[in-house]
Amino acid sequence: MADIALNPRPARKRIGDVTAWQRLKANRNWLGIWFMLPTAAFLLLFLAYPLGLGIWLSFTDARIGRGGNFIGLENYEWLWGDSVFWLSVFNTLLYTGVASVIKFAIGLYLALLLNQHMPFKAIIRALVLIPFIVPTVLSAIAFWWIYDSQFSILSWSLKKLGLISQNIDFLGDFWNARWSVIAANIWRGVPFIAITLLAGLQTVSPALYEAATIDGASRWQMFRHITYPLLTPIIAVVMTFSVLFTFTDFQLIWVMTRGGPVNATHLMATLGYQRAIGGGYLGEGSAIATAMIPFLLAAILISWFGLQRRKWQQGEAND
Amino acid sequence: MTDMTADAKRGPAAADHSEGMSYLETLPRRLVTLYLPLSIILIVLLFPFYWMALTAIKPDEQLLDLERFNPFWTWTPTWKHVSKLLFETHYPLWLWNTMFVAITSTILSIIASVLAAYAIVRLRYRGAQWVGGAIFLAYLVPPSILFIPLSTVVFQYGLFDTPFALILTYPTILIPFSTWLLMGYFKTIPFELEECALIDGASRWQILTKIVMPLAVPGLISAFIFCFTLCWNEFIYALTFISSTQHKTVPVAIVNEFVDGDIYRWGSLMAGALVGSLPLVVLYAFFVEHYVSAMTGAVKE
Repeated sequence: MADIALNPRPARKRIGDVTAWQRLKANRNWLGIWFMLPTAAFLLLFLAYPLGLGIWLSFTDARIGRGGNFIGLENYEWLWGDSVFWLSVFNTLLYTGVASVIKFAIGLYLALLLNQHMPFKAIIRALVLIPFIVPTVLSAIAFWWIYDSQFSILSWSLKKLGLISQNIDFLGDFWNARWSVIAANIWRGVPFIAITLLAGLQTVSPALYEAATIDGASRWQMFRHITYPLLTPIIAVVMTFSVLFTFTDFQLIWVMTRGGPVNATHLMATLGYQRAIGGGYLGEGSAIATAMIPFLLAAILISWFGLQRRKWQQGEAND
Repeated sequence: MTDMTADAKRGPAAADHSEGMSYLETLPRRLVTLYLPLSIILIVLLFPFYWMALTAIKPDEQLLDLERFNPFWTWTPTWKHVSKLLFETHYPLWLWNTMFVAITSTILSIIASVLAAYAIVRLRYRGAQWVGGAIFLAYLVPPSILFIPLSTVVFQYGLFDTPFALILTYPTILIPFSTWLLMGYFKTIPFELEECALIDGASRWQILTKIVMPLAVPGLISAFIFCFTLCWNEFIYALTFISSTQHKTVPVAIVNEFVDGDIYRWGSLMAGALVGSLPLVVLYAFFVEHYVSAMTGAVKE
């Protein structure tokens, strides 16, 4: 409706001497191209082209400093037989799975807590978000110090409490290191999930809970049948982001363990970095990076179809 | 149900000041179900920063001697670590690099995404919806799968080890996010305002700069500070594309230049982390609401 009013056609009838140039200036497709130009330039040159180039590189034997020749699937065949690669896949899946589930549970719980009435609510909410604001690398360094093998404050406190007798070697032991980096990742991710879910919770009308209370619903029933269904779309989006960013995490691991001890915490991203930039084997590194794409696509598709189904059930128009 | 009847007896006086159903809650119950878990979570979330700040001002001998000194507090704070950081290392330079790169690439991204968001939402050129979807997908492409090919691209363009390597690549992270955020803001501006302006003979450019942008200032601030934070936070590109010490950004420099095996390094490491975080925390303190709306706005769309 508004679109019709904006079309140049009625204007041409009235004035009658509109030039081709003036018509072009009002043409929304022509204008659209110019408005999109900076964004398109950035995203094509530095995102789409590298994305394609990465897939191409994974089929070549490129090294730092020299272009590669096409070698077919050789990189992938090599990775298929490489136990370190499979270890990194396992680590990545473990890291993503465990961290995402716990992050979601704590984040949802924290959001429910913050949704209640309490004094100083704004300040508390602001404090919760601080781990998200501080650069990951810098908080990872703080965690590195907290996890120090000799002077860890955690070991000290537990010893004083009489729970352990020796220092815990947080980052030196195979499984300890895994749980330690997962804990740091959870710490980093909870605020984002909590605050975004809180925003979703605030849109739920209190009248629904009042009605449910009158009908005698328990707290769990209220959560299960009111909060959860209304929150599902935002949960799907938040968890997609969370899973994507956990899966491709690099900073925490690189700062705290660099993949060690004995590759126990190598994720696909850190292994790719080590092979491509550290070792100079760009082709192999690209193959590892490309191998992440199917996992990412699966995560995106699952949440997307989940959302579509919900929209269809609620009878919303697909805007 | 038993809770409710028990509470109802002492209800009416308290109910006057409470909202919604909060009169159903008693103080002891709130202590256990709300304040206790909330304070535990808050302590866990904030402890690393306390520890970071405390380590940064502790004298060296107290740092490693956990038996004679209480590790959770110090009565003799020292500025040694911070002053060493500021006067004996390249730290001020690294701060400046980070600031320069972050501000420049944020401004570039905001300009590009204002134009793109306006075109997608209001010009509605042919295929605008598809472009919007493509931009959202671009947001989901993580830097960890791009940095290897990007490093060869940066090398080809001759940008390797210059600030431009970062200034030009960061927008690929920022533009999708801020375009998506601004699209949401622009949609809330009434179309009628633009129609009036069009009838009065304004061009699209005039509409954008004189009507839409002034009305979208809160959105622009949100996008700006969030992009700035993302830039400051970025690590993998800066680690890969910058090799010389004087071009490094704070996160990379701390990880690469400070870890020298010295047993007393922790003081200066923590001071570096603290000083590197402060600008963002100060910015955050002033714009909390904008941060929250940026975070939730981009997700809600």
